[in-house]
Amino acid sequence: MGQRSDEPVVVTDFLAMGGYALYVWPAYGISLITLVLSIVLPIRRHNRLRAEISVLLSQRNEGGSP
Amino acid sequence: MNQSKANGWLRRFHQLGSPPSVYDLAQRLSPWVASLCLILFLVGLTGGLILAPSDYQQGESYRIIYIHVPSAWLSMFVYMVMAVSSAITLIWRMKLADIVTRASAPIGAAYTFLALVTGSLWGKPMWGTWWVWDARLTSELILLFLYLGYMALVSSIDDRRTASRAGAVLALVGVINLPIIHFSVEWWNTLHQGPTVTKFDQPSIAASMLIPLLIMALAFQLHYVWALLARIRSEILDTERRTAWVSDLMSQSS
Repeated sequence: MGQRSDEPVVVTDFLAMGGYALYVWPAYGISLITLVLSIVLPIRRHNRLRAEISVLLSQRNEGGSP
Repeated sequence: MNQSKANGWLRRFHQLGSPPSVYDLAQRLSPWVASLCLILFLVGLTGGLILAPSDYQQGESYRIIYIHVPSAWLSMFVYMVMAVSSAITLIWRMKLADIVTRASAPIGAAYTFLALVTGSLWGKPMWGTWWVWDARLTSELILLFLYLGYMALVSSIDDRRTASRAGAVLALVGVINLPIIHFSVEWWNTLHQGPTVTKFDQPSIAASMLIPLLIMALAFQLHYVWALLARIRSEILDTERRTAWVSDLMSQSS
């Protein structure tokens, strides 16, 4: 009767997307993956570059320049 | 006095475009852009998936609109940015413009890919097919090939300046595709539905559906800025790795 007992129905209804769950959720899933990757990949490349450059610099400094 | 003021502005302008200050600015802007972007996504998704009513013709399937339309808009907007920065690269040979073009291409390709895939997932239940060679779909697919073509061309030429100029010419020639995408639903009799939001008269969509869509569009816009800033930073670091300011930066941080 109360709101509590309705909750599971509301959630399954929401997930069912009126019978279009097989189209709506994959669309959102692929979007999430693509949007996250387009942020994470450049940040990882940036960090990798920083690490690479610091290694090169420290090698150069050890390499005997006064 | 006027002279010195003008010189001051000119110096500012040059500083603004110099790699160290752009790198620094990108770093400081990122967290703000990122937080605003995430908040807008949260609000937009709540509005679009939960609060907005279902469509009287398309039922719940229309909710794909909240990612399909923003990614389609952004797929064209990013190309426009690339065209402008390409023109600046060709005319003034500004380094930063070239960096923006290079950094934008993969992001634009991602939005175009999303527009095509989410459109396909929407088309299947509504039209009964994943794909048709309709004018809107075909011109959007050509946009994806333009992005990929730009990236392939630029990475295949070893000399950086030649690569930038060749890429800029390709990006500018490809601009012709943008009006074709936009007007395709009016010029040709297509399966793709006509514009609902960007019509000049009243948009044919209820406010409770439209507002989440506009918020999602803004969220995507900020996502582009966020991704662009991240790519600009690594692009600058890569091209400037042998300069003094980069070694200074590294010694400061370690």
